[in-house]
Order: sequence, then structure tokens, then C-alpha cells
Amino acid sequence: MKFTEDHEWLLTDGDTITVGITPHAAEQLGDVVFVELPELETQVAKGDEIVVIESVKAASDITAPLDGEIVEVNDTLVDNPALVNEDPTGEAWFFKIKVEDPSALDDFMTEDEYKDHISD
Amino acid sequence: MDGVCNPKALPLAALHEALGAKFVPFAGWSMPVQYSLGVMGEHKWTRENAGLFDVSHMGQVMLPADTAAALEALVPVDVIGLAEGRQRYGFFTTDTGGVLDDLMIARVPDGLFLVVNAACRDADIAHLRAHIDGVEEITGRALLALQGPKAESALSSLVPAVSDMRFMDSQRHIWNGAELWISRSGYTGEDGFEVSVPEDVAEDFARALLADDHVEPIGLGARDSLRLEAGLPLYGQEMSEDISPIEAGQAWAITKVRRAGGDRAGSFPGADTILGQIAHGPARRRAGLLPEGRAPMRTGVEIFDSTDATTPIGIVTSGGFGPTLGAPMALALIDANTAPDAPLWGEVRGKRLPVSQTTLPFTPNGYKRSPK
Repeated sequence: MKFTEDHEWLLTDGDTITVGITPHAAEQLGDVVFVELPELETQVAKGDEIVVIESVKAASDITAPLDGEIVEVNDTLVDNPALVNEDPTGEAWFFKIKVEDPSALDDFMTEDEYKDHISD
Repeated sequence: MDGVCNPKALPLAALHEALGAKFVPFAGWSMPVQYSLGVMGEHKWTRENAGLFDVSHMGQVMLPADTAAALEALVPVDVIGLAEGRQRYGFFTTDTGGVLDDLMIARVPDGLFLVVNAACRDADIAHLRAHIDGVEEITGRALLALQGPKAESALSSLVPAVSDMRFMDSQRHIWNGAELWISRSGYTGEDGFEVSVPEDVAEDFARALLADDHVEPIGLGARDSLRLEAGLPLYGQEMSEDISPIEAGQAWAITKVRRAGGDRAGSFPGADTILGQIAHGPARRRAGLLPEGRAPMRTGVEIFDSTDATTPIGIVTSGGFGPTLGAPMALALIDANTAPDAPLWGEVRGKRLPVSQTTLPFTPNGYKRSPK
């Protein structure tokens, strides 16, 4: 599993990456009450804001970690946004993206590097 | 520049820290925004049990007993007729009919006790001093609020006399040798109390309340969602120098004796505008909105009366998710000509999402208006 500076986790399966947010991010957000997911088969560019997350406190977003195509979204979250707080690294994945260049994943943080990042 | 950028610590800061609070800067103070239950949990706890809020950032002011008429010249409410032991909600108005701040006014044995908003505290005191002699800013007292259906049982175990108080009573009672200034009021829509307590016993008093299994500490986050569900205005959002109390839906607070035809009609700043709005209706009005989907509509969201209108008819002044309501909710300031049942749309991230108008409060209040 790899991690971004925006507190996303990335799980690779060939050229498809599953994306979610870390327990640290979920805790910072507070109780999630609304999730808006990207459309299937959308082409997205790295940095695009493609998911909206609203908690009782504020609105936030998830950006595309790399260029690619959205191949699956987790509709469960739309009906049950609280899952993001309950199981952020499991059932509460947000989307799967098919990337053009899986090797670009090497640039993201390892779990240890991410732990250092959030302890700063 | 020290002290300008650094928010001030509450007298009970160490207790909040020990209770696991997260802090945010607010109106110049470092305030607990949430504890371990989180905003949603704290909100629901307060509606079902009792929540303890530290609101010591608010300003506490004492005026001499003979200043009721002078205070009436600044607020459109009946101060002269306020009975001892009673409290009333009011606001300082501007010459143009806006609002400088809202406040609570209590008639106590030795004067008038006011509680004003933290962000307006210095300006309010300067405003009072410009018109009234003997204005005393109270220091050395914390202000705590205990709110929720279990508030009476928790507080009465320490101060039995509070069980006989009704909504908006203001009384003084002794606890452990210290004088508590207690009112039966709050900012959550629930029954409850606000207690001014000397700082040197404030932590003991707070801990004595928290020792009750039904009392949990509650932060600013839930305070905001609770007051919003209760339809209560927040100064600076629902009401301001540019939004009159009539537009903000607070005409109820303007006492009959200060209205047209009353014995002491007018004679407060902006009276012509405000009484004119009562008589003829304001140009804008407050609306309670229920978004149809799950997306919250927050402050600043523009409201339209059709999906293709180019000009908004209003704007959300406060919005979020109502934990007890189980749905998003918003207060908006809209064109007063809008029919109360007209379907409306809020524009969120470029999309027009349907909202319906509703009556306020969003959730029923639990005020205790008569003694048991």
C-alpha cells in the first residue's frame, strides 16, 4: 500500500489502483455525512478533484492520484457515508482507477514514510 | 505583537485538555471544538442527556440598577419592565436598523447582568460606556452552559433550587460557598442552564457536573449544529449590521411596549427602519431550508427560484448536517416576496439542487416554560 501527501491510500492490482482515505484523514474530517463519487469511465488527470466528502464540520475532496480512467466506484458510500469513519482502509474505498503508468506509484510514500509525514 | 495572534486560553483550558479536547481559535480564544465523542456524538448526547459547554469566551457585563432606561435607548426590548429574577433576549441596533450584537439581559438584585458575544465583547462594552455610566466588565468568572433533558437532574443534585426555575429565570445560588449566577436558558433548543461561576471554583464545579453519568463535555462544533437545528441565529451570519432583526426572523423579541402604539415606542437606534419593517414587511426574510438530497448547503450557497434563473433570490447564512434531523438543513436570507411553499434550488459545486422551505425550528425545542 502507498500513501499520498493528501492522506489517500493506494492499493495496486496490476494497472488498477483502489483509492481510499487514511484513518488519520477520516478522524481529522470527523463524521462523514455526504459522499459524491466520480462518473464511471471518466478520464481524469492527476490532481483533479474527483470525490467530494462532507463531514459535520466541513467539505473536503479527494484528488486523482495519477492520470487514468475511473473503472469502478463504491456506491455503498453514497447511502452510508458513515462507513468512511467506520472502516476507512477496508469497505470504505472510494474508486478504482486504471492508470497509464503504474510505475509512477513508486513516487508515493511507503507506510513508514506516511507515518513520519503525519507525525510532523 | 504577542497576544494579537495568540488566542487567549479559557480559565478551564487544562480541564478541557485532560478531557481530550481538540482546540480551534475562535473570536480570539482557543476553544474546545470537540472531545472524544466527536461532533455527531456530542450533538446527540446533548439532545438525549446533558452536555456541558464552556462559554467563558462570552462577555459578562454588569450595569447599575438605575440604567434600565439608558439601556432601553440601545435595544428595542422592554428593559424597564423586566422583573427581578427574569432574563430577556435582545440586540443592540444600529442607526440603519442593523444589529451590532445580540445579548441576554437579566435583572438581578444589584443591577442588570448582560451576556454578549465574544467577537463583539470589546465593541459592545465601548458602545455601552458611550451611553451608560458605571458599566462594569465582569472578570474572574467563568461561564458554563449545561444543556439537555438531563440538565435539571444534574444541576439540581448540586443546587436543588434550580428545579423551581423556569425558562428565562435568572437567580443566584450558593454552591460550596461560591455564588453562582444561574439562568434557565441556552443555545441548543433544549432545556438547560447557563451558569456564571467564580474562576477559583469553576473547575471543581465543572468536575462535579461531569461526575454525573449523564453529563459529557461538548465542544463548539456541536454547539453550532445544535443551535442551527433549533433555528437560533448566530450573530455575524443570520444577523449583522447589514441584516436587520426583522429580516432575521427575530421580530418576536421586540417587545410590544417598544413597537408602534406602545407606551415607549421607538427611541432606539434604527427605530424608523425596524418599526417600518414590522409594519410593512422587510425586503428579505429568513427561511428554513431542507435540501432534498444528502449534500449539505453551507454558508454562502446561492438560492434560486428555478433551475435556470440567472439571479439568486437569496443566500444560505448557516448550513450543515443536522445529526438529530438526520439530514442537511440550512438557514437562508431570501427575497421576502418568495412564497413560503415555493420550491427553491441551492447551487452547490455548479449544480442546482432542489430544496424545500420548512418552518423553524428544524427539531422541536425542550424549553421548560412552567414549573412542574
